[in-house]
Amino acid sequence: MRKYIVRRVFELVLVLFVVSIFAFFLIRLAPGDPAVVLAGEHATEEILQEIREKWGLDKPLIVQYFIWLNSALKGDFGRSVRTGDSVLKEIFYRFPNTFELSLFAMIIATVVGVFAGVISAVRRKSFWDYLTMTMALFGVSMPVFWLGIMLMLIFGIWLHILPISGRMDVYISVNRITNFLLIDSLITGNLEAFFNILKHLVLPGIALATIPMAFIARITRSSMLDVMSKDYVRTAKAKGLSEKSVILRHAFRNALIPIVTSVGTQFALLLAGAILTETVFAWPGLGRYIVGAVSARDYPVVQGSIIFVAFLVAIVNLFVDILYAYIDPRIRY
Amino acid sequence: MKHFKRSTITVVILMLLVTLVGITGFTACKPKEKKPVVLTFAKAGDAVKLDPADVTDGESITVMDNIFEGLVKYKPGTTEIEPCLATSWDISEDGRVFTFHLRKDVKFHDGTDFNADAVVFSLERQRDPNHPFHKYGEWAYWGWVFGAVEKTEKVDDYTVKITLKEKFAPFLTTMAMFTAFIVSPTSAEKWGEEWYAHPVGTGPFKFVEWIKDDHITLEKFDDYWGEKPKIDKLIFKVIPDASVRLLELQQGNVQGMEFPNPDDLEKIKSDPNLKLLSQPGLNIGYLAMNMGEDTPGYDPHFGDVRVRRAVSYAINKKDIVKHLYKGTAVPAKNPLPPTLWGYNDEIEDYEYNPEKAKELLTEAGYPDGFETNLWAMPVARPYMFDPQKIAEAIQADLEKVGIKAKIVSYDWGTYLQKTEAGEHAMCLLGWTMDYPDPDNILYVLLDKDAATVGSAGNVAFYRNDKVHELNMKAKKTYDRKEREKYYKEIQEIIHEDAPWVCLAHANQMVVFRNNVKGFKLYPTGDYHFDTTYIEEEGN
Repeated sequence: MRKYIVRRVFELVLVLFVVSIFAFFLIRLAPGDPAVVLAGEHATEEILQEIREKWGLDKPLIVQYFIWLNSALKGDFGRSVRTGDSVLKEIFYRFPNTFELSLFAMIIATVVGVFAGVISAVRRKSFWDYLTMTMALFGVSMPVFWLGIMLMLIFGIWLHILPISGRMDVYISVNRITNFLLIDSLITGNLEAFFNILKHLVLPGIALATIPMAFIARITRSSMLDVMSKDYVRTAKAKGLSEKSVILRHAFRNALIPIVTSVGTQFALLLAGAILTETVFAWPGLGRYIVGAVSARDYPVVQGSIIFVAFLVAIVNLFVDILYAYIDPRIRY
Repeated sequence: MKHFKRSTITVVILMLLVTLVGITGFTACKPKEKKPVVLTFAKAGDAVKLDPADVTDGESITVMDNIFEGLVKYKPGTTEIEPCLATSWDISEDGRVFTFHLRKDVKFHDGTDFNADAVVFSLERQRDPNHPFHKYGEWAYWGWVFGAVEKTEKVDDYTVKITLKEKFAPFLTTMAMFTAFIVSPTSAEKWGEEWYAHPVGTGPFKFVEWIKDDHITLEKFDDYWGEKPKIDKLIFKVIPDASVRLLELQQGNVQGMEFPNPDDLEKIKSDPNLKLLSQPGLNIGYLAMNMGEDTPGYDPHFGDVRVRRAVSYAINKKDIVKHLYKGTAVPAKNPLPPTLWGYNDEIEDYEYNPEKAKELLTEAGYPDGFETNLWAMPVARPYMFDPQKIAEAIQADLEKVGIKAKIVSYDWGTYLQKTEAGEHAMCLLGWTMDYPDPDNILYVLLDKDAATVGSAGNVAFYRNDKVHELNMKAKKTYDRKEREKYYKEIQEIIHEDAPWVCLAHANQMVVFRNNVKGFKLYPTGDYHFDTTYIEEEGN
């Protein structure tokens, strides 16, 4: 197993390197001059030239790439062209917001999705089956921003039991240690903040969870159906085991691999930043930040963010692969 | 793994129950600590930096309007200048040297004194490449607006002398701009590179915290030299979606917001708890016709004034403003907005008259019209809400008189570059004024000096010698009445020559809950909350 992990880490480095090349050159293919974005529309050519020199934008692309790579390898991803802040610092400031939201959404999506998928498979072609699969279709088709506003209207305005937008109420203050606010509020014993933050997580979490929930439900259903037609399940039933035991112990565990894959993929996608949800719910996350950086041609931020997201996705995939070994003893690395 | 599933489910259910109790429990006993007066204002975007000299975007400026001040400021709700950190000033005989007498007993938020050193620091760090702080910013606006400034010098602790390279009439007005806000040198030295995140000024509110992409908190400054604000805490909350901003405002979670959705205006007007503040902003949205024979996009048709006037008659401005701007703008007849001094109200606009347009086209030799192109930007601009739709409307209007225009679009940055190089025959564009002086439109956008191919602010490449002569005269005198005369004449000439079809002046709009009083809209788009107060609401 250890050798496997080491091998995967090497692959990760290679992948990040290739991603960095893409990230670097692709954003520069987009028309638009970061100097103009920085200096405003009325800047004179002199000011633009000054800015280009200061940020090294006037050097040949290959040279710019290696300068950037050189710093990146030392952990310095440069400074945001717009705000002047260190790119890594900005990413780490916002990433916990996205992570908490994504994790919350994934928990909802996984619990509900798996539950619905299992029941659908077991009660195949029943009313419940059709209901869940139709809802799964809705979940995937409904635009998130519309759903978000609907949730706000229902729970925030009509029923008035949940907040409408934002990470937490403005009068709440949390001492930031890890920047993961749920953890920080617990560590500092700030229970009021903890529950306030949790409250604000509910609506965006639900909105965000609808798509992964739909995917997970469908995969669970099809995987379970596949497993339930297998001989060992028939044997278990023939042995006289209770239905619950057959489903949970024999069928479900063997159906897990595709489900875990799906959960992992969906989670990685969410971590990349749920831009629409973050915009609608005024959630200060990474997705919104990256989109803003692309619009502003903030090259260092875009590059650093893409590498960071690629890294996250690779880590999640690695984690999922290792999990396989625990689920299925036949898989050995 | 036998009991794995069962105990896990139990644990999960327990956690959910605890969470539910916690949430409802803390909802029930939410502290109603509303003793300090808090105003939360919802903005569409976060500030980029909090150094007033180093930004160009409205989201940063509107926050800093409350933290910093300049030597002069705008009279509340107007574009007139009045003393602020300077109590008076003298202008030399040749109009090149301004001596400002500074206000005494003013403190910065960090407790240090405001004096001539602070003024010199704030301005020279932008101008002087050898200044130790020059490297910490881009100072984008300095060259653009304050290019005429030669030097800023301290005469004594409370007197500052600013020397201009040449007489520049708008100078005093520009000194009210955010670029010339005075910052605390002590705190700039303390924070160095990070200074833009730790703003220290002399304004009625002082900076408390900035949670990026979420909110900025300001607090009343107790040692403010002027009338103390009636709000204790001022919070700028970032809510990117306009519908969500309105929902929060209706709920009372925020007390004010900017940039409502045009579609929501009816709802806002009919809501008894809300009030809409609206007036034409200092901006102009226009259709420019390229008259530059030396540009690649030049279409000879537009070299004929009759064709240009025909286009002016062909476009149904009122309908465009009514339906496409949806009540968020007023139709324009001049490049200058009506809220600015020097606006020539006597001018009669080209009325919508497609028959007259066809007549003029026939006279010019094009009875069957002609083909051309119409450039439109892909992004919403403050002065033009939906350029693509507006271009389509114009295209349809022109088609009716025989002019077939193909719509061309590019990414915003590219669009600017190409129109500055004159690659278009006609283009939609606009301008939000940097400072409230007619020079900022009539010279910057319509003078022949601004028609350099490749970097033109004058995208109609309109080169009129008489206009240039008048612009130069107006720049060189400080006599307001004289300048008004010149600018009014320029507007008449422009009306005759019709290089543009002036489309609309977009309104600036903010919405407040009814119990928020005392807020004045400044034509420049600044948000000042020093006069704002909140009445008791039955909420």
